[in-house]
Amino acid sequence: MFVKINGKKEETQAETLDALLKSKDIEPQMVSVELNNALIARTDLADSPLKEGDAIELLFFMGGGI
Amino acid sequence: MAFTEEQLVRYSRHIILSEVGGKGQKKIGKARVLVIGAGGLGSPIALYLAAAGIGKMGIIDADTVDLTNLQRQIVHHTKDVGRPKVDSAAEKIKDLNPDVEVVTYQKYLDAENALEIYADYDYVIDGTDNFPAKFLINDAAFFSKKPLIHGGILRFDGQLFTIIPGESACYRCIFPELPPQGIVPSCQEAGVLGALAGLIGTLQATEVIKLILGIGNPLTNRILTYHGLETLFREIKIKKSPDCPLCGSNPSITELTMPVQEVCDFNPLEAEKKDQ
Ligand SMILES: [Zn+2]
Repeated sequence: MFVKINGKKEETQAETLDALLKSKDIEPQMVSVELNNALIARTDLADSPLKEGDAIELLFFMGGGI
Repeated sequence: MAFTEEQLVRYSRHIILSEVGGKGQKKIGKARVLVIGAGGLGSPIALYLAAAGIGKMGIIDADTVDLTNLQRQIVHHTKDVGRPKVDSAAEKIKDLNPDVEVVTYQKYLDAENALEIYADYDYVIDGTDNFPAKFLINDAAFFSKKPLIHGGILRFDGQLFTIIPGESACYRCIFPELPPQGIVPSCQEAGVLGALAGLIGTLQATEVIKLILGIGNPLTNRILTYHGLETLFREIKIKKSPDCPLCGSNPSITELTMPVQEVCDFNPLEAEKKDQ
């Protein structure tokens, strides 16, 4: 199916948010995840199914500044 | 307080803007802004706020200038290597605009001094480079109800957003807890394009000036991210979370403490090397 990840259309076989992160080699602790504009708690990632057309935002920590 | 002839000329390009005018320029001249970190983000923030004629600027940074800083920290010059960053920055601010009252704090912000320092300012800008500081700055802004402009940079990317405590989404609404130590690389480990710091810092300065003037739409409830390699800005809508450990309806953080980062074995840089 096709989903939108950070604004870009991508094809994925992942059935949950948790599986999507795994498929992209992203540690859940590195990001906050929004699914269709709602923030998903880290503990709920595995219980969050994906469907065609979902919009996912991966918000990465950015600690730099100095 | 009336403008002097010199000030009328100095600020003429502001005053000519109908959204600013003499009235707005006076607001800028009365505003008190705390800039936390006199580094990559803090440099353009301090310089633009000084040029704008900010009334009082606090600068807090415990470090001294070193040679690796000069690639992006444009408030410091080659001759400043070895000097305390706050002294170097204060000197440039005074050179640029003697109207600005500068207060320097050569120390780290911590849970003991944060609220006391915040009390002397109307707005806070985050220009720090580590997560305990970023979370502390957010928490202290919440407890002292001071608007905060958050910013962060890494490699070619940056992000910023404005937090009006109690009203709009805070940093912990999005990132409830600190990432474990080592999971997110720092600029020191991963590098950062110098000009990117200028871009994000300048956006932070723009947003605080808008707040001071009360004009336009503040950057609240949305994160602006910049992707330098693609030359792309994106806006991500965010919401104040009822589950936020700080500003939510049942908060677990009820007083200011120094956020601690858990240690983690995962090393993203090593992981990336393995991929290549
Ligand atoms: Zn919050």
